[in-house]
Amino acid sequence: MKNIKKIISVLFSVILLFSTTTTSSVAHEKLHFVIGGGAGGGWDGTARGTGEALTKAGLLKSASFENMSGGGGGKALAYMINTKPANTILVQSTPLVLRSITRHKGYVKGNGTLSYKDVVPIAGVIGDYGAIAVAKSSSFKNFQDVVDAYKQDPSSVKMAGGSVRGSMDHLIGALAFQAAGADPNAVQYIPYDAGGKALAGLLSGETQIISTGLGELMGARDQVRIIGITAPSRVSDAPDAPTLKEQGFDVQFVNWRGFFGPPGMSDAERSALAKKLGDVQKTPEWETVRARNAWVNIYNPEDKFVTFLEKQTEEMTALMKKLGVI
Amino acid sequence: MIEGILIGLTTALTFQNILMVMVGCFFGTIIGMLPGLGPMTAIALMIPITYGFDPATGLILMAGVYYGAVFGGSTSSILLNAPGVPGTVATSFDGYPMAQQGKAGKALAIAAWSSFAGGTLSAIYLLFMAPSLSKVSLSFRSPDYFALMILGLTAIAAFSSKGQFLKAMMMVVLGLMLASVGQDSLSDITRFTFNNMNLTDGISFVLVVMATFAMSEALTIILKRNDPTSAAKQVSLTELGSIKINKEERTKMYKTIPRSSVIGFLIGVLPGAGATIASFLAYGMERNVVSDEEKEKFGKGSVNGLSAPETANNAACSGSFVPMLTLGIPGSGTTAVMLGALLGFGVQPGPRLYMTNPEIFWSIIMSMYIGMVILLILNLPLIPYIARILAVPKNYLIPLILFFSVTGIYVMSFNNFDIYLMIGIAVVATFLRLYDFPMPPLILAFVLGGLMEENLRRSLLLSNGSWEFLWDRTLTACILVTTILIVVWHIYKTFKKKN
Repeated sequence: MKNIKKIISVLFSVILLFSTTTTSSVAHEKLHFVIGGGAGGGWDGTARGTGEALTKAGLLKSASFENMSGGGGGKALAYMINTKPANTILVQSTPLVLRSITRHKGYVKGNGTLSYKDVVPIAGVIGDYGAIAVAKSSSFKNFQDVVDAYKQDPSSVKMAGGSVRGSMDHLIGALAFQAAGADPNAVQYIPYDAGGKALAGLLSGETQIISTGLGELMGARDQVRIIGITAPSRVSDAPDAPTLKEQGFDVQFVNWRGFFGPPGMSDAERSALAKKLGDVQKTPEWETVRARNAWVNIYNPEDKFVTFLEKQTEEMTALMKKLGVI
Repeated sequence: MIEGILIGLTTALTFQNILMVMVGCFFGTIIGMLPGLGPMTAIALMIPITYGFDPATGLILMAGVYYGAVFGGSTSSILLNAPGVPGTVATSFDGYPMAQQGKAGKALAIAAWSSFAGGTLSAIYLLFMAPSLSKVSLSFRSPDYFALMILGLTAIAAFSSKGQFLKAMMMVVLGLMLASVGQDSLSDITRFTFNNMNLTDGISFVLVVMATFAMSEALTIILKRNDPTSAAKQVSLTELGSIKINKEERTKMYKTIPRSSVIGFLIGVLPGAGATIASFLAYGMERNVVSDEEKEKFGKGSVNGLSAPETANNAACSGSFVPMLTLGIPGSGTTAVMLGALLGFGVQPGPRLYMTNPEIFWSIIMSMYIGMVILLILNLPLIPYIARILAVPKNYLIPLILFFSVTGIYVMSFNNFDIYLMIGIAVVATFLRLYDFPMPPLILAFVLGGLMEENLRRSLLLSNGSWEFLWDRTLTACILVTTILIVVWHIYKTFKKKN
């Protein structure tokens, strides 16, 4: 009996080993997903969901996953760049672009610049739009109300977000204020260390508006009123959330999630993978996974993806300069 | 409400759901015992399985894993000084010394009963007050959290008795320093990372705990192997395994459990706190209310000191369901994963959850009662056997502890750097231990320091740089005044004793 803990632990480590590094013996058409964050995060869900849909739909023999935390995803990125592993793709999202812009800050030095240009963009697969929301009880009914109040007294509008200054949450709100002709740098941004905490801050009355991803707000839809999303048109999961565009503010922003190959990946392999990631989106297996996670399909393959990344880099660089974060 | 309870009972008492509570509690207990692997990872990996069930069943399973882990985490805290989950760190403050005195079985039994009582009482609070509790969740603002963290720091007094004051304070500073490593919580500036990418995310709490508690304890035992006092510690197996709690100890627990369950539950309800903070606060508050004689025993194997955090962490665990279910706000990583799963089921959390999905809301609460009974049945009979781990010769036990510390940290991040960092911190901690520096103040400061800084700076941002936030709100002022009173009272007592 004194060994029970030992036995259980050994059992568990075996289970763990299997769950993290399962690879089928069927050698062809296997794919290894590298995830720059822990289990339960956004990258993790995207990789595991995509892998699940690909294998269940028969487009892939086997998928394996590897969590590699550290440096806000930088560790996994460096691994891809330095090791150039075969049959391996990396899941990433908008912060990769932001990292590319701020790289000169210097805490990443040595081999490689750690930007999206150092890996091979395969395809963007899904996305989450940015959203600005207020508490249900708020007197702000639309984004124009917020802008009016802001123009009257800039300190009367405090904007909560689930991450640091200069992060995506901050940029979403700043983009909206910029489109409304306000100085984005004068808007008071109040950072929290998670989306949930930012929401609690908003609902406690500490801040007046919240700027974050639409997905973060879905759980609290009964408590908040979404007054503007950064999508080109309304989305089916939240049909009552107006876009900023329809209110006359020309703002479009998408937090994409997509996959990247190691440097030196052949064009043929890249195209084959991009096609697979596109084809899977037409299958019912994908639809199951998508609906479960409330993802928005935004398929953006190869060169189109690169163009998109370049455009986003350009826009974000301009904005971040205005905000003084770079 | 009677109707709701009935709906909950009929859902929770189906064969499948009882089975899920059992499975959840069992796995939770094991995950809790193993250092490193926490309930969040376990639940995240479990989600694909739960989609085969209906929402209530899936959530009952996940909740079982969650509170099972908090329940089970105390075992490794008490026996090996290796807290399995962050919420059970405070349990080791008095649980481990008690086990070292040969009362391991008793310590485990006290922890089990306290967890059971904390979990059950908080489920009762949940049942009667959940709708109004969502207001409590939202009543705390950044200045209040800041004040709460200051209040929590007063718990350090427990480790600064008899000439230890200066050493405790030095460890506090060390803890605060470790907490400041990594990306600044408000801007994206990195601090003290020495251009090392592995440090940009900061040092993880579990890593610091494993290094300063489990690992350095093991290393200290190796270094002190020829120390005659430690050889004398060998005690009889029957005493080690005895789970009898005598009348005096029971009386203490009767007083501790109700107050700690209330503190734990209320802190758990706050989205910006959680089980770890709850257990620290309950521990500190408990020391403030017990008799002077008991106070001396804190940190050296006090029954109250063990019972309080164990009650509070389980109560906080139930409390954290309030903001998640009634507001859709996750207060921790674990509840965030559960919230994601809930949305995946197509269930919309919020005040209307009682109306739209009454079976989910009530059956989770009902399953908590069942879960607590199951955990007690699962744990109590095993205690005499588990306690005998301490009878394992040290030359087998120590390598095992070191092995599990290293693997535990590795499976958390799959990053080799974390292992080196842990060994480095453990070596420093071992030296400090040899010179009698207490480790708990370091951990307290590490946890509270990060949150304190973040909330302080956010408060300053919100008030445009003015310090008025300290007394602007009644709640902030009340917490701060309480803190000051506690400190003044301690100083007064010390002076009185000296004269």
